[in-house]
Amino acid sequence: MLLLAVDTATPACSVALADVEWAEPVAGTGVVRVTRRAARQVVDPRRHAELLVPLVREALDEASACPADLDALVVGLGPGPFTSLRVGVVTAAAFADALGRPAYGVCSLDGIGADTSGRVAVTTDARRREVYWAVYDSGERVAGPSVGRPGSVVEELREMAVRRVAGPGAQLYPDVFASLGEPVEPATGPGYPSPVTLARLAGASVLAGRPPAPLVPLYLRRPDAAEPRPPKAVAV
Amino acid sequence: MSGVRAGHVPPARSDGPSVRGDAPLVLGIETSCDETGVGLVRGGLLLADTLASSVDEHARYGGVIPEIAARAHVEAMVPAVDRALSQAGLRHRDVDAIAVTAGPGLAGALLVGVAAAKAYAFALGVPLYGVHHLAAHVAVDTLEHGPLPGPSMALLVSGGHSSLLLVPDLATGAVIPLGATVDDAAGEAYDKVARLLGMPFPGGPPIDQAARDGSPTIAFPRAKAGDGTFDFSFSGLKTAVARWLEARNRAGEPIPVAAVAASFQEAVVDVLTAKSVAACRSHGVDTLVIGGGVAANSRLRSLAAARCAAAGITLRVPRPGLCTDNGAMVAALGSLQAAAGVTPSLLDMSASSTLSLERP
Ligand SMILES: [Zn+2]
Repeated sequence: MLLLAVDTATPACSVALADVEWAEPVAGTGVVRVTRRAARQVVDPRRHAELLVPLVREALDEASACPADLDALVVGLGPGPFTSLRVGVVTAAAFADALGRPAYGVCSLDGIGADTSGRVAVTTDARRREVYWAVYDSGERVAGPSVGRPGSVVEELREMAVRRVAGPGAQLYPDVFASLGEPVEPATGPGYPSPVTLARLAGASVLAGRPPAPLVPLYLRRPDAAEPRPPKAVAV
Repeated sequence: MSGVRAGHVPPARSDGPSVRGDAPLVLGIETSCDETGVGLVRGGLLLADTLASSVDEHARYGGVIPEIAARAHVEAMVPAVDRALSQAGLRHRDVDAIAVTAGPGLAGALLVGVAAAKAYAFALGVPLYGVHHLAAHVAVDTLEHGPLPGPSMALLVSGGHSSLLLVPDLATGAVIPLGATVDDAAGEAYDKVARLLGMPFPGGPPIDQAARDGSPTIAFPRAKAGDGTFDFSFSGLKTAVARWLEARNRAGEPIPVAAVAASFQEAVVDVLTAKSVAACRSHGVDTLVIGGGVAANSRLRSLAAARCAAAGITLRVPRPGLCTDNGAMVAALGSLQAAAGVTPSLLDMSASSTLSLERP
């Protein structure tokens, strides 16, 4: 099955075309083998809307495929900065609708955490001096996703006996997270969410033909909006 | 990546909208503010028009909250497209072109529509037209009243804009701004005055309703009325209403709501219509189109009709459902552009919240 996976929940605009199949001769064991056919990534926090569809086109061209060849769409649902996150989610939703194919959402942090081993926290930049985070045990998410200030996140991680921290969020606050006991993994470690990993994670649902859940972005924060004061107090 | 287009340019047609059967089917997407609109137009014919609005979610804040609008667009986008297609009895693969509002508007809201439009255009292999929101407000009138004789004048009034535009040729020419509000939009002034009078948001309909029971007996100021420009200003008017109400409250006198509503409304539409007629005269234009949410206002319609008749100007106002933001207007303009052989937009186009009035 040919999947198009996209993620726009971080400064990276990431696209991958991947084949998924059951890894075992007996279907239903749940182990998915994923083969990367083409991938594109551009890091530019302000240009996801411009970049995404052209990158999809480049990836399809490289794989000598066309949109109609896709069997399913996969998209990172965040958490991430709202504007860029929405670009990926609505693009995947519209793409799937146009082609009459299903679109599956996966937590974007899983696109980093699923490839880690042991017990590790994955972090991304939530702006406003906060990070998005989740905890993984042998690649399985066991806590989060959540959002919080680095200092209080470290407190929670300490209670969960997490010592290792990965992802671009921790790199912004290396000293805070290093206080857990181990140095923050360098930029050469797990970077931005991998769309190939997202495709693998959605693979079992795609192969089993399970209907996808609605694509609901993981905002984790309420919109900034204040109710106005009563009319009497309106300044004139 | 540049130079990449979503699909092939349809051949330019000189017979355009009159040949409806084989004119391209254009799907229009509008998300510049709080309405998720999707319209389907073939030639000059409106086949479907669906609207999802987040207005109720903004009501308690007394104005549109951009983040709430953007979230609602994500939720409503695909269902709105599917509803429009099923309304018209058509399938996705019947669509020949996608048109989308590229701006101006709320940046985050615009981006949702643009991202969706690009995905639809690329997935379906059809051209994409990023169109100007204000030009689309004018174009929608062609769905009701046929081709627009060029040049024409457009007065666009809503919660987001108050503009006078000269439209030399809708499909291919530039849209030339003659004037705009220097502060509040007309619809914004309605919202603020409605709030002062304890009326719900949006304020246009309740003020229009209340004004029917009153006379414009209070002389509120007509800012910029005789200044010789085609600009508007409504923030001083709102302040004048607030001061008048305050004085009344201090004196312990009751508020004549109908008279205040009628007087405020008269001050707004007097300036709007006077400047529109003056703009037509000074540019030798004999057709005026009024669009935007405030075009549904009954007093604006009646005063504009009277003044245009007196000046020998043909007045064109689309029905109220087409005056507010919707997808039909975007599809209508996309349809005109496709028929005129306008070059489609690139797949790396983006939204622009401050899109200039020249063609995007
Ligand atoms: Zn509008």
